[in-house]
Amino acid sequence: MSKVNDLTINKKICYHCGDMAEDTTYMLDDRPFCCLGCQTVYQILNENNLGSYYRYNTHPGKSQKVQKEDLSYLDEPNIVAKLVDYQDDEMVIMTFYIPAIHCSSCIWLLEHLYKLHPAVKSSQVDFMKKQASITFDKKGISLKALVQLLHNIGYDPKITLQDVVKEGKKFNQKGLIAKITVAGFCFGNSMMISFPEYFGMAEFERQYAAFFGYMNLAFGILVLLYSASDYFKSAWYSLKQKQLNLDVPLALGIFVLFFRSAFEILTQTGAGFMDTLCSLVFFILIGKWVQQRTYYHISFERDYRSYFPVAVTVLEDGRERPTQIADLKVGDRILVRNNEIVPADAILWKGTASIDFSFVTGESRPIEKVLGEIVYAGGRQVGEAIEMEVVKPVSQSYLTKLWNNENFKVQEKKFDTFVGYISKYFTIGLLCIALSAAVFWLAGGNTERAWAAFTAVLIIACPCALALSSPFTLSAALSIFDKNKLYIKNTAAIEQMAAIDTVVFDKTGTISSPHVSTMHFEGELSTRDKSLIYSLCRNSNHPLSREIIKWLGECTVLPVTDYEEIVGQGQKGRFQNDEIKLGSATFVGTNKSPFEGSVVYIQVNEEIKGCFTLEQSWRKGLSEVVGKLSHCHYDLHLISGDNERRAESLRLIFPVQSELLFNQSPGDKLRRIGQWQQEGNKVCMLGDGLNDAGALREADLGIAVSDDINNFSPGCDAILDGEAFERLPRFFVFSKDAVKVIKMSFVISLMYNVIGLSFAVQGTMSPLFAAILMPISTVTIISFTSLTTRWYARRRKLI
Amino acid sequence: MNIIFFLIGCSVFIALIFLVAFFWANRTGQHDDTYTPSVRILFDDEVEGEEKEETK
Repeated sequence: MSKVNDLTINKKICYHCGDMAEDTTYMLDDRPFCCLGCQTVYQILNENNLGSYYRYNTHPGKSQKVQKEDLSYLDEPNIVAKLVDYQDDEMVIMTFYIPAIHCSSCIWLLEHLYKLHPAVKSSQVDFMKKQASITFDKKGISLKALVQLLHNIGYDPKITLQDVVKEGKKFNQKGLIAKITVAGFCFGNSMMISFPEYFGMAEFERQYAAFFGYMNLAFGILVLLYSASDYFKSAWYSLKQKQLNLDVPLALGIFVLFFRSAFEILTQTGAGFMDTLCSLVFFILIGKWVQQRTYYHISFERDYRSYFPVAVTVLEDGRERPTQIADLKVGDRILVRNNEIVPADAILWKGTASIDFSFVTGESRPIEKVLGEIVYAGGRQVGEAIEMEVVKPVSQSYLTKLWNNENFKVQEKKFDTFVGYISKYFTIGLLCIALSAAVFWLAGGNTERAWAAFTAVLIIACPCALALSSPFTLSAALSIFDKNKLYIKNTAAIEQMAAIDTVVFDKTGTISSPHVSTMHFEGELSTRDKSLIYSLCRNSNHPLSREIIKWLGECTVLPVTDYEEIVGQGQKGRFQNDEIKLGSATFVGTNKSPFEGSVVYIQVNEEIKGCFTLEQSWRKGLSEVVGKLSHCHYDLHLISGDNERRAESLRLIFPVQSELLFNQSPGDKLRRIGQWQQEGNKVCMLGDGLNDAGALREADLGIAVSDDINNFSPGCDAILDGEAFERLPRFFVFSKDAVKVIKMSFVISLMYNVIGLSFAVQGTMSPLFAAILMPISTVTIISFTSLTTRWYARRRKLI
Repeated sequence: MNIIFFLIGCSVFIALIFLVAFFWANRTGQHDDTYTPSVRILFDDEVEGEEKEETK
């Protein structure tokens, strides 16, 4: 294995993370690294004999170019107490969420943490949940040091307020699984015991019939009272609210099935249908289980708390003290360092604030604030540390107020699913047929037959197949979406997706990609200037410097002296007699140009040579997506918090009747979506930032577009990986196909019902007939839905 | 033929044992993580010795 690894090492590719190593300043053991971070990780691992990390996978690491955050809050005992799972005087157990876990090397390394630090007693990784549960000795290593250690080897744990709050949101499926197991156990055994009855027993074997009957009754009671209990509860709630959901006919069927069988067994008048009862409950419970599939590593319920840091530095009598965000009071003096997020609305007191609100407003350029100005929460400070005074508590700030909006108090979005819509009529129809059959036989004076027909109708028409069609279709569709990098919260959201007729896009980060950007240069550069800029930018790790290097291409490297980089401002250096400055307008001392976005000015010997502008490009396939969606008769709109600077090019892409709205506040977006809905449209919103959170919640279907699904994305119904953006029209078509499959399988299950009913109304249904019909209809529905869904997916080129 | 009662009793009893075993496995979290153990079992134990030879 290691031999193969050695062969595949490319001189230009970082040995740790597999990124392109643009300059080869970082070399160790003849292996290139793209940055100091990657090299350090390699060094640590090699010194501790953990080199096998590189043997299981080629380039297993994650790029280390990210900046680290201030961890001093992990020394505060009251914060630590809320984070850990368990602690006593010596041992601490803590579960970390580590988004970087992605391959077997990660598991190997994290489970060998004890080799890196003796105080780590054990660690266990759950790959699917991307979690590592670490047991460590408190005296040997502090939590802060442990997090630092994880950071050093490239596995930054994500610690957010939502972890601190740790609400019992985790859905527990164990109860359901236990019920399925019991139902399956009873199903198998009662089937076995029922066989003699079906195959016919000789006269002398009749003595066993009563014994088998009582055993069946025991299994039936177990299933009725334990496994099927949820259906009775649900049917009862539904009746109380004067609604008829699908659980009503199901519960009725189970109930009648049990009592007719119990009656037959106890009076020794027949064998009963206990095996059918057990199989019915077993199958519908499996359907329920399939529907409740959840994603472990993706959270759809994130709100501002998971975006904000856990703690902020509060200045008290000249001392710095990390404080939990929730404990922040009005009047507190806070210190916000480079790359930290402003947690509450605050007044700027000291320092140069250059706040990047890109995630809040969609506006991509940093905004400079003057002393005494109010800075809204959610912005990221770029540059030096600033001091501010909190004017509003966290939960009342401009941004978080959005979550106090009524929309966020409603727990679930209510909408009619196909099955929900059908079940009303189904129940009424079922009762009508049962009653008329009973009345018919009663009128003929045949009381026994009337009772037999009435119960048989309720049993045979029990919508078992119907109850299975939608879970199996939708969960098959869910896994196909999942393979195509659209992660949908639950099966109901797919049906909602099929009903959509209006699609609304956000601009920044949604239809434009932060990763695909193009550099423009305004002005003129000589070859020597180019070499100078190239040599200067080589020294910087700033993303803009890297973009400039890419734009310049190959240049001669000149030895630059007196190099200096001022964070958030720019960089300068000297070569021979030329002094060169690169950076913001204030840094080079010029007036701001009309260009917006990120602008880098070039100054050589006090003369402005021009400026670089960085503009985000549209996502790949945007015009095709828009074209196909409008071709499929979707109304398309754009709603952006940004200004109108690129309206012209968007006008060309979007169809004429679309509305393109700019300068919209988060509240405006929410209201506008509401207006469209009142006009009778089913609206799907695609957004990415916190500013879209309200609109995503308000829309019938909120899809968050994210380039890294493990990063923060606002609460939504589905998360779309940016890569899969161009498949969006196909996703919409496929969701419609899925609903079509449900309708087709509904027809099939109705056909089975009609066959069964034709026997049932005559009062001549035998237990054997029921025992065969029930599993056959179930198997037909399950195989039909799964196969047809896959067939449609292939047709839409999704698999 | 009374042996039938005994045999059926046995078969149900054995099935009950498996049912209880499943409940125990489920309750102690043996089905919580169905992926990681399959990777973990493939890791070698004695890589340290080899590693030293290689890095020379």
